[in-house]
Amino acid sequence: MTTEDSRFSAAALRIDAEQEATRISAVLTHYLARTRRRGAVVALSGGIDSSVVAALCVRAFGPDRVFGLHMPEKESSDDTLGFSRQVSDTLGIDSALEEISPILEAAGCYRRRDDAIRLVVPDYGPGYRSKIVLPSVVDSEAFRLYSVVVEAPDGTTTKHRLTTEAYLGIVAATNFKQRVRKMLEYHHADRLNYVATGTPNRLEYDQGFFVKLGDGAADVKPIAHLYKSQVYQLAEHLGVPADVRARPSTTDTYSLPQSQEEFYFSLPHERMDLCLYGKNNDVPVEQVAEAAGLTTEQVNRVYRDIDQKRSTTQYLHLPPVLGAAVPEVSHDLD
Amino acid sequence: MVEQVQSRIMGFIVSNYLFGDESRAPEPDESLLESGIVDSTGILELIQFLESDFALEVKDSETVPDNLGSVANLTRFVLERSPDAEPAS
Repeated sequence: MTTEDSRFSAAALRIDAEQEATRISAVLTHYLARTRRRGAVVALSGGIDSSVVAALCVRAFGPDRVFGLHMPEKESSDDTLGFSRQVSDTLGIDSALEEISPILEAAGCYRRRDDAIRLVVPDYGPGYRSKIVLPSVVDSEAFRLYSVVVEAPDGTTTKHRLTTEAYLGIVAATNFKQRVRKMLEYHHADRLNYVATGTPNRLEYDQGFFVKLGDGAADVKPIAHLYKSQVYQLAEHLGVPADVRARPSTTDTYSLPQSQEEFYFSLPHERMDLCLYGKNNDVPVEQVAEAAGLTTEQVNRVYRDIDQKRSTTQYLHLPPVLGAAVPEVSHDLD
Repeated sequence: MVEQVQSRIMGFIVSNYLFGDESRAPEPDESLLESGIVDSTGILELIQFLESDFALEVKDSETVPDNLGSVANLTRFVLERSPDAEPAS
Protein backbone atom coordinates (compact mmCIF):
# COMPACT_ATOMS: atom_id res chain seq x y z
CA MET A 1 0.00 0.00 0.00
CA THR A 2 2.94 2.32 0.54
CA THR A 3 5.33 0.98 -2.03
CA GLU A 4 6.59 3.20 -4.84
CA ASP A 5 4.08 1.62 -7.20
CA SER A 6 1.12 2.17 -4.95
CA ARG A 7 0.86 5.49 -3.14
CA PHE A 8 -1.14 5.76 0.05
CA SER A 9 -4.76 6.75 -0.55
CA ALA A 10 -8.27 6.22 0.77
CA ALA A 11 -8.10 2.77 -0.87
CA ALA A 12 -6.09 1.65 2.18
CA LEU A 13 -9.28 1.95 4.19
CA ARG A 14 -11.33 -0.34 1.97
CA ILE A 15 -12.72 -3.37 3.78
CA ASP A 16 -14.53 -6.51 2.72
CA ALA A 17 -17.87 -5.38 4.14
CA GLU A 18 -19.53 -8.79 4.00
CA GLN A 19 -16.65 -10.50 5.74
CA GLU A 20 -16.45 -7.78 8.40
CA ALA A 21 -20.20 -7.86 9.07
CA THR A 22 -20.03 -11.62 9.49
CA ARG A 23 -17.05 -11.37 11.84
CA ILE A 24 -18.66 -8.68 14.03
CA SER A 25 -21.93 -10.64 14.15
CA ALA A 26 -20.03 -13.63 15.48
CA VAL A 27 -18.41 -11.48 18.18
CA LEU A 28 -21.83 -10.15 19.21
CA THR A 29 -23.57 -13.51 19.36
CA HIS A 30 -20.65 -14.97 21.33
CA TYR A 31 -20.87 -12.13 23.86
CA LEU A 32 -24.63 -12.49 24.30
CA ALA A 33 -24.34 -16.22 24.77
CA ARG A 34 -21.63 -15.81 27.41
CA THR A 35 -23.51 -13.09 29.28
CA ARG A 36 -26.88 -14.82 28.92
CA ARG A 37 -28.63 -11.81 27.40
CA ARG A 38 -31.30 -12.13 24.75
CA GLY A 39 -30.82 -9.18 22.44
CA ALA A 40 -29.60 -5.58 22.16
CA VAL A 41 -30.87 -2.06 22.76
CA VAL A 42 -29.63 0.56 20.30
CA ALA A 43 -30.12 4.30 20.77
CA LEU A 44 -30.90 5.61 17.31
CA SER A 45 -29.76 9.16 16.59
CA GLY A 46 -30.50 9.04 12.88
CA GLY A 47 -26.75 9.21 12.28
CA ILE A 48 -24.56 6.73 10.47
CA ASP A 49 -22.89 5.08 13.49
CA SER A 50 -25.98 4.08 15.45
CA SER A 51 -27.67 2.97 12.23
CA VAL A 52 -24.81 0.62 11.41
CA VAL A 53 -24.71 -0.76 14.95
CA ALA A 54 -28.45 -1.45 14.77
CA ALA A 55 -28.05 -3.10 11.37
CA LEU A 56 -25.19 -5.28 12.69
CA CYS A 57 -27.31 -6.32 15.68
CA VAL A 58 -30.18 -7.22 13.37
CA ARG A 59 -27.76 -9.26 11.31
CA ALA A 60 -26.46 -11.03 14.43
CA PHE A 61 -29.69 -11.59 16.39
CA GLY A 62 -32.57 -10.95 13.96
CA PRO A 63 -34.96 -7.95 14.05
CA ASP A 64 -37.09 -9.43 16.85
CA ARG A 65 -34.15 -9.21 19.30
CA VAL A 66 -33.16 -5.61 18.64
CA PHE A 67 -34.93 -2.71 20.33
CA GLY A 68 -34.42 0.85 19.09
CA LEU A 69 -34.77 4.01 21.12
CA HIS A 70 -35.49 7.47 19.72
CA MET A 71 -34.46 10.04 22.32
CA PRO A 72 -34.68 13.59 21.00
CA GLU A 73 -34.81 16.64 23.27
CA LYS A 74 -35.94 20.17 22.66
CA GLU A 75 -32.59 21.28 21.21
CA SER A 76 -32.21 18.33 18.80
CA SER A 77 -32.34 19.03 15.08
CA ASP A 78 -35.87 18.99 13.71
CA ASP A 79 -35.03 16.14 11.34
CA THR A 80 -33.40 13.82 13.92
CA LEU A 81 -36.55 11.84 14.71
CA GLY A 82 -37.47 11.42 11.05
CA PHE A 83 -34.09 9.89 10.26
CA SER A 84 -34.04 7.57 13.28
CA ARG A 85 -37.58 6.34 12.52
CA GLN A 86 -36.54 5.70 8.94
CA VAL A 87 -33.78 3.44 10.28
CA SER A 88 -36.01 1.45 12.65
CA ASP A 89 -38.65 1.08 9.92
CA THR A 90 -36.11 -0.07 7.36
CA LEU A 91 -34.60 -2.61 9.75
CA GLY A 92 -38.02 -3.80 10.88
CA ILE A 93 -37.23 -3.48 14.59
CA ASP A 94 -39.48 -2.52 17.48
CA SER A 95 -38.68 0.90 18.96
CA ALA A 96 -39.91 3.50 21.42
CA LEU A 97 -39.87 7.27 21.59
CA GLU A 98 -38.45 8.70 24.82
CA GLU A 99 -38.52 12.50 24.69
CA ILE A 100 -35.88 13.38 27.28
CA SER A 101 -36.46 17.14 27.69
CA PRO A 102 -38.55 16.74 30.90
CA ILE A 103 -35.80 14.67 32.56
CA LEU A 104 -33.17 17.19 31.45
CA GLU A 105 -35.31 20.06 32.78
CA ALA A 106 -35.71 18.28 36.11
CA ALA A 107 -31.96 17.62 36.35
CA GLY A 108 -31.25 21.28 35.61
CA CYS A 109 -29.33 20.55 32.40
CA TYR A 110 -30.42 23.67 30.50
CA ARG A 111 -30.38 25.96 33.58
CA ARG A 112 -26.90 24.87 34.65
CA ARG A 113 -25.60 25.20 31.09
CA ASP A 114 -27.05 28.71 30.73
CA ASP A 115 -25.67 29.73 34.14
CA ALA A 116 -22.21 28.63 32.99
CA ILE A 117 -22.50 30.56 29.71
CA ARG A 118 -23.50 33.67 31.66
CA LEU A 119 -20.09 33.58 33.35
CA VAL A 120 -18.67 34.87 30.06
CA VAL A 121 -21.82 36.26 28.36
CA PRO A 122 -23.84 37.97 31.12
CA ASP A 123 -26.82 38.76 28.83
CA TYR A 124 -27.32 35.11 27.78
CA GLY A 125 -30.89 33.96 28.40
CA PRO A 126 -34.16 32.84 26.81
CA GLY A 127 -34.19 33.12 23.03
CA TYR A 128 -30.42 32.76 22.76
CA ARG A 129 -28.71 29.78 21.17
CA SER A 130 -25.14 28.56 21.60
CA LYS A 131 -22.46 26.05 20.80
CA ILE A 132 -18.87 25.40 21.84
CA VAL A 133 -16.16 25.60 19.17
CA LEU A 134 -12.42 25.01 18.84
CA PRO A 135 -10.10 26.75 16.37
CA SER A 136 -8.60 24.70 13.55
CA VAL A 137 -5.49 22.75 14.43
CA VAL A 138 -4.07 22.67 10.91
CA ASP A 139 -3.61 26.41 10.45
CA SER A 140 -1.72 27.43 13.58
CA GLU A 141 0.60 26.32 16.34
CA ALA A 142 -1.60 28.03 18.93
CA PHE A 143 -3.12 26.01 21.74
CA ARG A 144 -6.71 25.17 20.96
CA LEU A 145 -8.88 27.05 23.41
CA TYR A 146 -12.60 26.49 23.62
CA SER A 147 -14.94 29.36 22.85
CA VAL A 148 -18.68 29.67 23.05
CA VAL A 149 -20.52 31.01 20.01
CA VAL A 150 -23.71 32.78 21.02
CA GLU A 151 -26.59 33.77 18.76
CA ALA A 152 -28.76 36.51 20.30
CA PRO A 153 -32.51 36.64 19.65
CA ASP A 154 -31.91 39.34 17.00
CA GLY A 155 -29.64 36.95 15.10
CA THR A 156 -26.37 38.64 16.09
CA THR A 157 -23.59 36.09 16.59
CA THR A 158 -20.63 36.65 18.90
CA LYS A 159 -17.75 34.43 20.02
CA HIS A 160 -16.25 34.43 23.53
CA ARG A 161 -13.24 32.56 24.89
CA LEU A 162 -14.23 30.40 27.84
CA THR A 163 -12.78 30.47 31.31
CA THR A 164 -12.05 27.14 33.00
CA GLU A 165 -15.13 27.40 35.18
CA ALA A 166 -17.41 28.30 32.27
CA TYR A 167 -16.01 25.58 29.98
CA LEU A 168 -16.25 22.84 32.58
CA GLY A 169 -19.69 24.05 33.66
CA ILE A 170 -21.08 23.97 30.12
CA VAL A 171 -19.65 20.51 29.39
CA ALA A 172 -20.77 19.11 32.75
CA ALA A 173 -24.31 20.36 32.12
CA THR A 174 -24.62 19.17 28.52
CA ASN A 175 -23.21 15.76 29.52
CA PHE A 176 -26.60 15.18 31.16
CA LYS A 177 -27.93 14.59 27.64
CA GLN A 178 -25.70 11.58 26.97
CA ARG A 179 -26.09 10.25 30.50
CA VAL A 180 -29.88 10.48 30.52
CA ARG A 181 -30.01 8.66 27.21
CA LYS A 182 -27.77 5.90 28.56
CA MET A 183 -29.88 5.62 31.71
CA LEU A 184 -32.94 4.96 29.54
CA GLU A 185 -31.04 2.52 27.34
CA TYR A 186 -30.13 0.48 30.40
CA HIS A 187 -33.70 0.69 31.67
CA HIS A 188 -34.92 -0.95 28.49
CA ALA A 189 -31.97 -3.36 28.42
CA ASP A 190 -32.79 -4.48 31.98
CA ARG A 191 -36.50 -4.76 31.17
CA LEU A 192 -35.84 -6.93 28.13
CA ASN A 193 -32.77 -8.79 29.44
CA TYR A 194 -30.80 -7.26 26.56
CA VAL A 195 -27.36 -5.63 26.37
CA ALA A 196 -26.83 -1.93 25.81
CA THR A 197 -24.79 -1.02 22.76
CA GLY A 198 -22.25 1.74 22.28
CA THR A 199 -21.86 3.32 18.87
CA PRO A 200 -18.45 5.04 18.72
CA ASN A 201 -16.43 4.68 15.55
CA ARG A 202 -12.65 4.46 15.73
CA LEU A 203 -12.06 8.23 15.54
CA GLU A 204 -14.41 8.81 18.47
CA TYR A 205 -13.14 5.87 20.51
CA ASP A 206 -9.44 6.59 19.96
CA GLN A 207 -9.76 10.32 20.55
CA GLY A 208 -12.06 10.06 23.57
CA PHE A 209 -15.00 11.77 21.92
CA PHE A 210 -17.60 10.42 24.32
CA VAL A 211 -19.02 11.08 27.75
CA LYS A 212 -17.87 8.77 30.52
CA LEU A 213 -20.91 6.83 31.75
CA GLY A 214 -22.88 8.52 28.99
CA ASP A 215 -22.51 7.39 25.41
CA GLY A 216 -19.19 5.86 26.52
CA ALA A 217 -21.00 3.29 28.65
CA ALA A 218 -22.01 0.09 26.90
CA ASP A 219 -21.76 -3.68 26.99
CA VAL A 220 -20.68 -3.95 23.36
CA LYS A 221 -19.08 -1.41 21.00
CA PRO A 222 -19.26 -3.20 17.67
CA ILE A 223 -17.68 -0.52 15.43
CA ALA A 224 -15.10 1.05 17.78
CA HIS A 225 -12.30 -0.44 15.66
CA LEU A 226 -13.60 0.90 12.34
CA TYR A 227 -12.54 4.16 10.73
CA LYS A 228 -15.46 6.38 9.80
CA SER A 229 -15.16 5.70 6.08
CA GLN A 230 -15.26 1.98 6.87
CA VAL A 231 -18.49 2.55 8.81
CA TYR A 232 -19.92 4.13 5.66
CA GLN A 233 -18.87 1.07 3.65
CA LEU A 234 -20.67 -1.21 6.11
CA ALA A 235 -23.71 1.10 6.06
CA GLU A 236 -24.07 0.74 2.33
CA HIS A 237 -23.55 -3.01 2.48
CA LEU A 238 -26.09 -3.46 5.29
CA GLY A 239 -28.77 -1.38 3.58
CA VAL A 240 -28.78 1.70 5.83
CA PRO A 241 -31.08 4.23 4.09
CA ALA A 242 -29.31 6.51 1.60
CA ASP A 243 -30.71 9.63 3.30
CA VAL A 244 -28.97 8.64 6.53
CA ARG A 245 -25.71 7.89 4.72
CA ALA A 246 -25.83 11.32 3.05
CA ARG A 247 -26.47 13.21 6.28
CA PRO A 248 -23.51 15.28 7.56
CA SER A 249 -22.08 14.32 10.97
CA THR A 250 -23.37 16.49 13.78
CA THR A 251 -23.07 16.34 17.53
CA ASP A 252 -26.74 17.32 17.96
CA THR A 253 -25.86 18.37 21.51
CA TYR A 254 -25.92 22.17 21.43
CA SER A 255 -28.75 24.52 20.45
CA LEU A 256 -26.80 25.92 17.48
CA PRO A 257 -25.87 23.42 14.77
CA GLN A 258 -22.37 22.13 15.44
CA SER A 259 -20.21 19.90 13.28
CA GLN A 260 -17.86 17.38 14.90
CA GLU A 261 -14.94 19.17 13.21
CA GLU A 262 -15.54 22.50 14.89
CA PHE A 263 -16.04 20.93 18.30
CA TYR A 264 -13.49 18.20 18.46
CA PHE A 265 -11.76 16.77 15.42
CA SER A 266 -9.23 18.71 13.40
CA LEU A 267 -10.52 17.78 9.99
CA PRO A 268 -13.55 16.41 8.15
CA HIS A 269 -13.74 12.68 8.75
CA GLU A 270 -12.44 11.59 5.34
CA ARG A 271 -9.14 13.41 5.95
CA MET A 272 -9.07 12.60 9.66
CA ASP A 273 -9.37 8.91 8.75
CA LEU A 274 -6.35 9.20 6.45
CA CYS A 275 -4.27 10.95 9.12
CA LEU A 276 -5.18 8.53 11.90
CA TYR A 277 -4.66 5.49 9.68
CA GLY A 278 -1.38 6.90 8.42
CA LYS A 279 -0.16 7.60 11.96
CA ASN A 280 -1.24 4.19 13.25
CA ASN A 281 0.38 2.34 10.36
CA ASP A 282 3.61 4.36 10.00
CA VAL A 283 2.77 5.59 6.52
CA PRO A 284 5.36 8.22 5.47
CA VAL A 285 4.09 11.68 6.40
CA GLU A 286 4.63 12.95 2.86
CA GLN A 287 2.25 10.32 1.51
CA VAL A 288 -0.38 11.07 4.16
CA ALA A 289 -0.10 14.77 3.33
CA GLU A 290 -0.57 14.14 -0.36
CA ALA A 291 -3.56 11.83 0.17
CA ALA A 292 -5.24 14.22 2.63
CA GLY A 293 -4.52 17.39 0.65
CA LEU A 294 -2.42 18.85 3.47
CA THR A 295 1.16 19.99 3.91
CA THR A 296 3.52 17.79 5.91
CA GLU A 297 3.60 20.50 8.57
CA GLN A 298 -0.19 20.37 8.84
CA VAL A 299 -0.15 16.57 9.11
CA ASN A 300 2.40 16.82 11.91
CA ARG A 301 0.13 19.29 13.72
CA VAL A 302 -2.77 16.84 13.38
CA TYR A 303 -0.52 14.06 14.75
CA ARG A 304 0.38 16.18 17.77
CA ASP A 305 -3.31 16.90 18.32
CA ILE A 306 -4.08 13.16 18.13
CA ASP A 307 -1.41 12.43 20.74
CA GLN A 308 -2.62 15.22 22.98
CA LYS A 309 -6.23 14.00 22.83
CA ARG A 310 -5.12 10.44 23.62
CA SER A 311 -3.30 11.75 26.65
CA THR A 312 -6.09 14.08 27.79
CA THR A 313 -8.84 11.47 27.44
CA GLN A 314 -6.95 8.47 28.81
CA TYR A 315 -8.97 8.81 31.98
CA LEU A 316 -12.20 8.18 30.05
CA HIS A 317 -11.00 4.71 29.09
CA LEU A 318 -9.67 3.64 32.47
CA PRO A 319 -11.64 1.24 34.66
CA PRO A 320 -12.18 2.36 38.26
CA VAL A 321 -9.03 2.01 40.31
CA LEU A 322 -9.29 -0.21 43.39
CA GLY A 323 -7.48 0.30 46.66
CA ALA A 324 -6.07 -3.20 46.16
CA ALA A 325 -6.64 -6.03 43.69
CA VAL A 326 -9.60 -8.39 44.11
CA PRO A 327 -8.30 -11.43 42.23
CA GLU A 328 -11.42 -13.54 42.78
CA VAL A 329 -13.39 -11.30 40.37
CA SER A 330 -12.34 -11.61 36.76
CA HIS A 331 -13.09 -9.03 34.10
CA ASP A 332 -12.17 -11.38 31.31
CA LEU A 333 -14.76 -13.29 29.31
CA ASP A 334 -13.75 -16.57 27.62
CA MET B 1 12.93 39.41 39.11
CA VAL B 2 13.33 36.46 36.72
CA GLU B 3 13.80 34.07 39.60
CA GLN B 4 10.86 35.49 41.48
CA VAL B 5 8.49 35.13 38.51
CA GLN B 6 9.78 31.67 37.62
CA SER B 7 9.42 30.51 41.19
CA ARG B 8 5.84 31.77 41.34
CA ILE B 9 4.96 29.96 38.09
CA MET B 10 6.67 26.77 39.23
CA GLY B 11 4.84 26.99 42.53
CA PHE B 12 1.50 27.18 40.73
CA ILE B 13 2.36 24.21 38.51
CA VAL B 14 3.50 22.03 41.39
CA SER B 15 0.54 22.89 43.56
CA ASN B 16 -2.21 22.93 40.90
CA TYR B 17 -1.20 20.07 38.60
CA LEU B 18 1.08 17.87 40.71
CA PHE B 19 -0.65 18.01 44.08
CA GLY B 20 2.50 19.38 45.67
CA ASP B 21 4.79 16.57 44.44
CA GLU B 22 7.97 18.57 43.84
CA SER B 23 9.81 15.48 42.64
CA ARG B 24 7.74 15.69 39.44
CA ALA B 25 8.37 19.41 38.92
CA PRO B 26 9.33 20.05 35.27
CA GLU B 27 12.67 21.38 34.12
CA PRO B 28 12.33 25.03 33.05
CA ASP B 29 12.63 24.12 29.36
CA GLU B 30 10.51 20.96 29.53
CA SER B 31 7.28 21.02 27.50
CA LEU B 32 4.35 21.10 29.89
CA LEU B 33 2.10 19.48 27.31
CA GLU B 34 4.43 16.76 26.07
CA SER B 35 5.36 15.82 29.63
CA GLY B 36 1.66 15.29 30.33
CA ILE B 37 1.54 17.84 33.15
CA VAL B 38 -0.90 20.14 31.39
CA ASP B 39 -3.79 19.25 29.08
CA SER B 40 -6.32 21.44 27.27
CA THR B 41 -8.20 22.26 30.47
CA GLY B 42 -4.85 22.87 32.17
CA ILE B 43 -3.96 25.49 29.55
CA LEU B 44 -7.16 27.36 30.41
CA GLU B 45 -6.17 27.28 34.09
CA LEU B 46 -2.68 28.46 33.23
CA ILE B 47 -4.02 31.46 31.30
CA GLN B 48 -6.35 32.30 34.16
CA PHE B 49 -3.41 32.12 36.57
CA LEU B 50 -1.36 34.53 34.45
CA GLU B 51 -4.28 36.91 34.09
CA SER B 52 -5.15 36.95 37.77
CA ASP B 53 -1.72 36.69 39.40
CA PHE B 54 0.24 38.92 37.02
CA ALA B 55 -2.64 41.15 35.88
CA LEU B 56 -2.00 40.29 32.23
CA GLU B 57 -4.46 39.90 29.41
CA VAL B 58 -3.51 36.89 27.30
CA LYS B 59 -4.77 37.41 23.75
CA ASP B 60 -5.83 34.46 21.57
CA SER B 61 -2.88 35.11 19.26
CA GLU B 62 -0.51 34.77 22.21
CA THR B 63 -1.64 31.28 23.26
CA VAL B 64 1.27 29.52 21.52
CA PRO B 65 3.91 27.14 22.93
CA ASP B 66 6.57 29.84 22.53
CA ASN B 67 4.74 31.81 25.22
CA LEU B 68 2.99 29.21 27.36
CA GLY B 69 4.66 25.87 26.59
CA SER B 70 7.23 25.68 29.39
CA VAL B 71 8.14 27.37 32.65
CA ALA B 72 10.98 29.23 30.93
CA ASN B 73 8.70 30.45 28.13
CA LEU B 74 6.02 31.48 30.61
CA THR B 75 8.57 33.41 32.64
CA ARG B 76 9.87 35.22 29.56
CA PHE B 77 6.32 35.96 28.40
CA VAL B 78 5.32 37.43 31.76
CA LEU B 79 8.44 39.60 31.95
CA GLU B 80 8.09 40.81 28.35
CA ARG B 81 4.47 41.72 28.85
CA SER B 82 4.96 43.21 32.27
CA PRO B 83 8.63 43.99 33.02
CA ASP B 84 7.81 45.12 36.55
CA ALA B 85 5.73 42.04 37.22
CA GLU B 86 5.12 41.68 40.91
CA PRO B 87 3.37 38.47 41.78
CA ALA B 88 0.19 39.26 43.66
CA SER B 89 1.16 37.08 46.57
